[in-house]
Amino acid sequence: MQLYTRRRLSNYLVVALSLGATAFGLLFLVLVLGTLLVNGVGALSLTLVTQATPPPGSAGGLMNAIFGSLAMTVIATLVGTPTGILAGTFLAEYAHGSRLGEFVRFINDILLSAPSIIIGLFVYAILVVPMGHFSAWAGSVALAIIMIPVIVRTTEDMLTLVPNALREAAAALGSPKWKIIVMVTYRSAVQGMLTGVLLAVARISGETAPLLFTALNNQFWSTNLNAPMANLPVVIFQFAMSPYADWQSLAWAGALLITATILILNIGARLFASWSGLQK
Amino acid sequence: MTAEAEMVAIPQPAARRRPAGSAGDTVFHGLTIVFAVLVLLILGGVIVSLGYGALPAFRQFGLGFIVGSAWNPVTDNFGALAPIYGTLVTSLIAMLIGIPVAFGVALFITELCPKWLRRPLGTMIELLAAIPSIIYGIWGLFVLAPFIQEHIEPALIATLGKIPGIGMLFAGPPLGIGVLTAGFILAVMVLPFIASVMRDVFETVPPMLKESAYGIGATTTEVVWRVVLPYTRIGVVGGILLGLGRALGETMAVTFVIGNSHHIHASILQPGTTISAALANEFTEAVGDLYQSSLIGLGFILFIITFIVLAAAKVMLIRLQKGAGAAA
Repeated sequence: MQLYTRRRLSNYLVVALSLGATAFGLLFLVLVLGTLLVNGVGALSLTLVTQATPPPGSAGGLMNAIFGSLAMTVIATLVGTPTGILAGTFLAEYAHGSRLGEFVRFINDILLSAPSIIIGLFVYAILVVPMGHFSAWAGSVALAIIMIPVIVRTTEDMLTLVPNALREAAAALGSPKWKIIVMVTYRSAVQGMLTGVLLAVARISGETAPLLFTALNNQFWSTNLNAPMANLPVVIFQFAMSPYADWQSLAWAGALLITATILILNIGARLFASWSGLQK
Repeated sequence: MTAEAEMVAIPQPAARRRPAGSAGDTVFHGLTIVFAVLVLLILGGVIVSLGYGALPAFRQFGLGFIVGSAWNPVTDNFGALAPIYGTLVTSLIAMLIGIPVAFGVALFITELCPKWLRRPLGTMIELLAAIPSIIYGIWGLFVLAPFIQEHIEPALIATLGKIPGIGMLFAGPPLGIGVLTAGFILAVMVLPFIASVMRDVFETVPPMLKESAYGIGATTTEVVWRVVLPYTRIGVVGGILLGLGRALGETMAVTFVIGNSHHIHASILQPGTTISAALANEFTEAVGDLYQSSLIGLGFILFIITFIVLAAAKVMLIRLQKGAGAAA
């Protein structure tokens, strides 16, 4: 009887601790988002999108930073998506247990979790040093490099889910393999692949570390991709660390913008994935 | 396995009979190989470029670069010990807090919570991972650090700080900003990564194993301790290493709250620095070749450490997958 009570009590204890741990995790989600809302909503205004970042002590907005972030994210997506999809296609459709395939998969998974600041250093060494100056191009390349492993991974996973019967049916009609992949496999996996791209975009839109040494920052409105360009994460970094109240409030506004975008992309991608899963 | 073999084998005869299609095949196949190799080139490029950039520092200081703790841009004397120490200690704190919490979360999601709650709960924990590092940083600086300074650190100093021996870990004034706060933020950030790997590997346990344990009257705790954990041991360690890899390289959040001081304090309440924080803070302002090369050397060391940790994680997770495949 005593043994039974002891076992039951220890079980209650573990269940309670486990519940506590989950509450602890969720608490931080609520705390971080709550703080962002409280500090960010008050700082939102129309001038955010109509004025460039101000010098300390005067009013301004984040227009140049928002534009910079959008521009670099778009370029990175245009570079990273085809690269990632083709490499993922190799892993899913051609590699089949080959040494090269195993190796690429292994390295890709390491790049997936590699510190993003290292990617920044790498792009600094291969682009910023030879060009002699910081530029939005370098920032975009750094973001693209961070994006590629994410897309490779999701593309491979999604293509592997496509039933082989579809490929076999197309092959039986005599289509060459590339046609099978492009017209059958891609088509049935397109929603999953798109989800992967969305998640990758979400991942890079908040990246700060790789932009510090590549795109740097720019206090003024600039559309020149061959020059330093303002971007939300670096502006938030600089403004939050500053002692000026105006700058800090802009940093909160920027932080709210970024987080809202990322959460919408993330939840959207998940809803999209489950919605398209239902359609099949 | 057989399904895969069929998949490769089938298109080939078709291609042989139709040489017209095979040209497209060669081109497309080649294209995918080129981009797959590009992934390898990126990794190779990272190692080569960082190694090359770090060469002047390694040449100048030799082994002293790793064991030296001086960091003086004025006299051009650099040693990486303080940032390496900071990186390891903050990651250790993150793991000490993060692993038990992640385990609790994974346990709750897989064994305890009602089925309808599983997905929303899993998604919410994963959203923790989606919040960018810089957001944790700004939150840590303005919310967490003051809270720790006012409530947690005075309590630690008054209790643990009085104990001889480990008391020196909690010595000094409560600053709010320092190694402990950085480690704590890292714990929150790696929590979702560890928890989701643990959840995934817990779900690979065959229900029959668990049910037979429940059937002879085992409690949930006993099932998890004696059946689930032994079965998923390797995967759990893999997940932990994956989280560790993240913690080691995390940059922005740490930069905000660690205080950026190149001094090694015994106390975890005092400011310190990590490799990534030193890079984020100093790199663009580093004047002089040796200074910059030393910072790149820091990056090189960080990359080697994380590479080893992540590779070990990967090897373990692959081994688990193969084991599960063989068992099924």
